[in-house]
Amino acid sequence: MSEGVRRRGRIGYLLLLPAAAWLLLFFVVPFYSLVATSLFDPSGSDFRGYEMDYAFGNYADVVRDYAGPFGRSLLYGALATLFCLVLGYVLAYAIAFKSGRWKNLLLVLVIAPFFTSFLVRTLSWKLILADDGVVVNTLQALQVLGDDGRLLATPVAVVAGLTYNFLPFMVLPLYASLDKIDHRLIEASGDLYANPFVGFFKVTWPLSLPGVVSGTLLTFIPAVGDYINAQFLGSTNERVIGNVIQSQFTDANNYPVASALSVLLMVLILAMVLVYVRRAGTEELL
Amino acid sequence: MSQDGPARRSTLSRRGVLKGGGAVAFAGVSVAALKLPFFSVPGAQQDPASCRARDVSEEEMSLVISNWTGYIDPRKDPKSTWKGFRESTGIKVDYNVDVNDNAEFYAKVKNQLGSCDPIDRDLIVMTDWMAARMIGLGWIQPLDKANVPQLHANILDSLRDKPWDPGLEHHAPWQSGLTGIAYNSAVTGEIKSFEELVTRPDLKGKITLLSEMRDTMGFLLKVAGADPGDFTEDEWHDALDLLKKAIADKQLRSFAGNNYLQELSGGNVVACEAWSGDVIQAQFENPDIKFVVPEEGLSLWSDNMLVPNQATHQANAEKWIDYYYDPAVAAKLASWVNYICPVAGAREEMEKIDSSLVDNPLIFPDDDLLSNTFDFMDLDDRQNAQYEREWADVTAG
Repeated sequence: MSEGVRRRGRIGYLLLLPAAAWLLLFFVVPFYSLVATSLFDPSGSDFRGYEMDYAFGNYADVVRDYAGPFGRSLLYGALATLFCLVLGYVLAYAIAFKSGRWKNLLLVLVIAPFFTSFLVRTLSWKLILADDGVVVNTLQALQVLGDDGRLLATPVAVVAGLTYNFLPFMVLPLYASLDKIDHRLIEASGDLYANPFVGFFKVTWPLSLPGVVSGTLLTFIPAVGDYINAQFLGSTNERVIGNVIQSQFTDANNYPVASALSVLLMVLILAMVLVYVRRAGTEELL
Repeated sequence: MSQDGPARRSTLSRRGVLKGGGAVAFAGVSVAALKLPFFSVPGAQQDPASCRARDVSEEEMSLVISNWTGYIDPRKDPKSTWKGFRESTGIKVDYNVDVNDNAEFYAKVKNQLGSCDPIDRDLIVMTDWMAARMIGLGWIQPLDKANVPQLHANILDSLRDKPWDPGLEHHAPWQSGLTGIAYNSAVTGEIKSFEELVTRPDLKGKITLLSEMRDTMGFLLKVAGADPGDFTEDEWHDALDLLKKAIADKQLRSFAGNNYLQELSGGNVVACEAWSGDVIQAQFENPDIKFVVPEEGLSLWSDNMLVPNQATHQANAEKWIDYYYDPAVAAKLASWVNYICPVAGAREEMEKIDSSLVDNPLIFPDDDLLSNTFDFMDLDDRQNAQYEREWADVTAG
């Protein structure tokens, strides 16, 4: 018995090896290099090279200089996650419980946009929301937007783009959770005189929480780091932290600051995720 | 007990392994902190004299070029300059359209050229300031003067003596152009100056500026009353403040690299800072688009052919350069790409091809126009780093 257990354990580690080697090579080593770069002397340049200076001041500098874009990233990410949750939950609920024989077709439709490139999907919103486009003209006619109002190059367009792009990441885990729910439990809540509303909040919602947690994580994490939506759908006033990292790295060749920003963003997201998962009480998900 | 025993054990030991691994890694990092890999990045300066490859042009009749998009006449056309080169020299050209942005291309090749490794290209095309930086870094091979006689004979005088490469030792302009303002005359009246572009209230939220620092800041320095060719740090900050104000006032839609004319044709943008050749090409489809020479003056730039270190077909590259400095070839190219032709004598050849282009000052500028141009100051390493960073902070902050 105990021999068998030990062998099973050893095989487990063997099975872990490829993934561990992969992570070591493509995550640990680059991350270590990234952290090291973030502590370089920021006055270096490509001509003179960069020296390790343990310049922890880089971190203080980026917090001071780029609090605005950091805040915008978190705000846009959070709003997009919230809208995805509301839209995605309704959709996933409908697919899981009400779609009947259309279920598979609807699931394919949720994933279908993924067959085109992320960039093309984002750029097509430029056409849809164009200043002379149908959407803006209609909203102007309805007096929702002023005569000179616009959607493109506003925070609205950025959050809408993020919501659109990451919606499937929310719908699929939600659907997986909802689909597993035993219908007899919901019927039982009805038998115990819970109205459908109470039944939802006492039975369906708690049982779908694992899907909610993984869906929000899968949406929030990439949405905070995304800068393509801000770049194409936002104006110069909607730049997010990803834009700053990109331009500090490629345009300004300011590798220490770009690295410090990347590390900080990573730590920030990790901390928020840990707190969130703790509070949601679904640690077994990780 | 025996049922849940194994599960608990394996959980514990897995956690133990993780903890142990973490501790070992931490100890290792702490001990090795004296001298670790990645703990410095050496300077990227190279010496082109020692960092060169054997030229195999004699044995291999081939040539690898990286250029910008829309910068050559259609290569499938049997009468194209490209086919002509193949026929007259027998050299097979691998022509890649993989330069989108100077800074981006620099980031792509920096690691190789900075450590004297080949980038598998024989000729690359970079804008003046980037060409200057690469030559300064020692990444570019000098051209053999004897192999490019037409370059030295036919280049326009105004392009001859650049402070960063006097005597054309390392570079040969491919095309030149002007930076100015384009606007859509169907939706807005004429825009006379750069100052109007960044301040006029009726343009609010409907303009774009170019994301190249020297293009945009050159004009803003002019607006601030400074000379872009020779400015002080205070003047730089005055100009940058103008830009910050324009952004705070939401005057700008965005900073654009290459796609600004789509926005202008599409109607989201009514006016923008633009490059002359792009505008002429766009005018064929949309005659409402106009190019204006701003009152502040004109910024004249060139995109330059450079032979990077470790290129293996330098002699073939020099044949290419020499071929394109033949006025007849240059005129044919100019009639297609519509940028300023850097070759003297091409104007006469253009008469035979398309006489409507001969008097276009944006392809063959006269001396009056050229006397009104300004250059951007040559920046040293520290200034360049500082200004590029401050620029990036404003444009992406």
